[in-house]
Amino acid sequence: MEPIETIKEVVVQAVAGAQLEIVKSTPAAQQPAILADREHAYAVGKFFKEDPRFQMDFCSCVTAVDFLPKGDKPGFIEVVYHLYSVSLKQGPIILKVRAPREVEQCHVPSLTPLWRGAEFQEREAYDLYGVTFDGHPDLRRILMWDEFTDYPMRKDYEPPADYEWEPTPHDDTLQRAAQAGGIMPPTAREELEKTKKK
Amino acid sequence: MAVDEGLKSELQKQGIFVLPFEQLYNWGRKSSIWPLQFGLACCAIEMIASAAARYDLARFGAEVFRATPRQADLMIVAGTVTKKMAPQVVRLYNQMPEPKYCIAMGACAISGGPFKDGYNVLKGIDRYIPVDVHIPGCPPRPEALIHAIMTLQRKIATQHLEREQLRWYDKNATTEFPIPAYGERDLEPTANRELWHPPRDYTDVTLDEVKKA
Repeated sequence: MEPIETIKEVVVQAVAGAQLEIVKSTPAAQQPAILADREHAYAVGKFFKEDPRFQMDFCSCVTAVDFLPKGDKPGFIEVVYHLYSVSLKQGPIILKVRAPREVEQCHVPSLTPLWRGAEFQEREAYDLYGVTFDGHPDLRRILMWDEFTDYPMRKDYEPPADYEWEPTPHDDTLQRAAQAGGIMPPTAREELEKTKKK
Repeated sequence: MAVDEGLKSELQKQGIFVLPFEQLYNWGRKSSIWPLQFGLACCAIEMIASAAARYDLARFGAEVFRATPRQADLMIVAGTVTKKMAPQVVRLYNQMPEPKYCIAMGACAISGGPFKDGYNVLKGIDRYIPVDVHIPGCPPRPEALIHAIMTLQRKIATQHLEREQLRWYDKNATTEFPIPAYGERDLEPTANRELWHPPRDYTDVTLDEVKKA
């Protein structure tokens, strides 16, 4: 495989108007990624799949990462695709797409029309992160039930406070159970007093 | 009801057995427990091992795993019960004919286990259905499951047919357990309050008091 800078140049020339950026991962996993804008992500994916130099015929992994707002910088959800070529035995190319964290605006184009294997994984990202994949053939929850309204893998998710009875609370559970008025053993109360004093 | 022990023994030598009907009934029931064939997670592997040749659950008459709740009288909840799966588990239990029993196998089935803090895991199946025997362990060894079945057999052996202490002989008792609904954030309700009672004030109980009692 060519270095990522070369790949970026090739794509910029092939896909008109595509805004690409190279994202270095921290800590360096030696796998820098290509960040595509939402409007051209599908075209970039299609190019990687069909171009004879890449022939990325296999999408091995789709996931999402939640970035909370940091200072003035707004937060965003980053969808990550790992692409491999089985026919050329090369890869991965990591393709990233970013969308705002607000659920109504959190839309990215679906790459399921290109790689059928992405279907369930995009549904999982939709289920747990609340990313809407435009163009997905069957976008509904896959792990949680249909009536569920939260997105549990988001960093600001609050799990339901069912701490009615906590025989062995510790750390976060101890704090949350105390807030929810859960029933705890006497030792847990002492532990809680200690942490409060600190 | 009471038969002289000496007479009993004498009759036995002649091939005549005198015993209360209840004892015979319970003996029949406890000696052929048919578990429901279903597993939820890794504990099911241990359950399968218990039924297979090495541990041989057949020695205790509980080897006939039935693939339908209509023919089963023991539910072994083997593994993590996710909130998505819990309504189905309760529904299966409702579909079993009475008398029926339940063994909660492993840390997850009794309390949620290592996944207790997860948003998607039920903190013990005893929140929705009555559990006769709890087995701790992650996963429990086949010996532990066999011990649980023997414990259940001892429990069955002491049950009375006439006194209305069992819910299947109680005309007023409900035999259907409400199936929780999928809510927007959690199962609704989060527990069957008629069935599941967390200790009312755990904070007031000290070790000295337990020792005194």
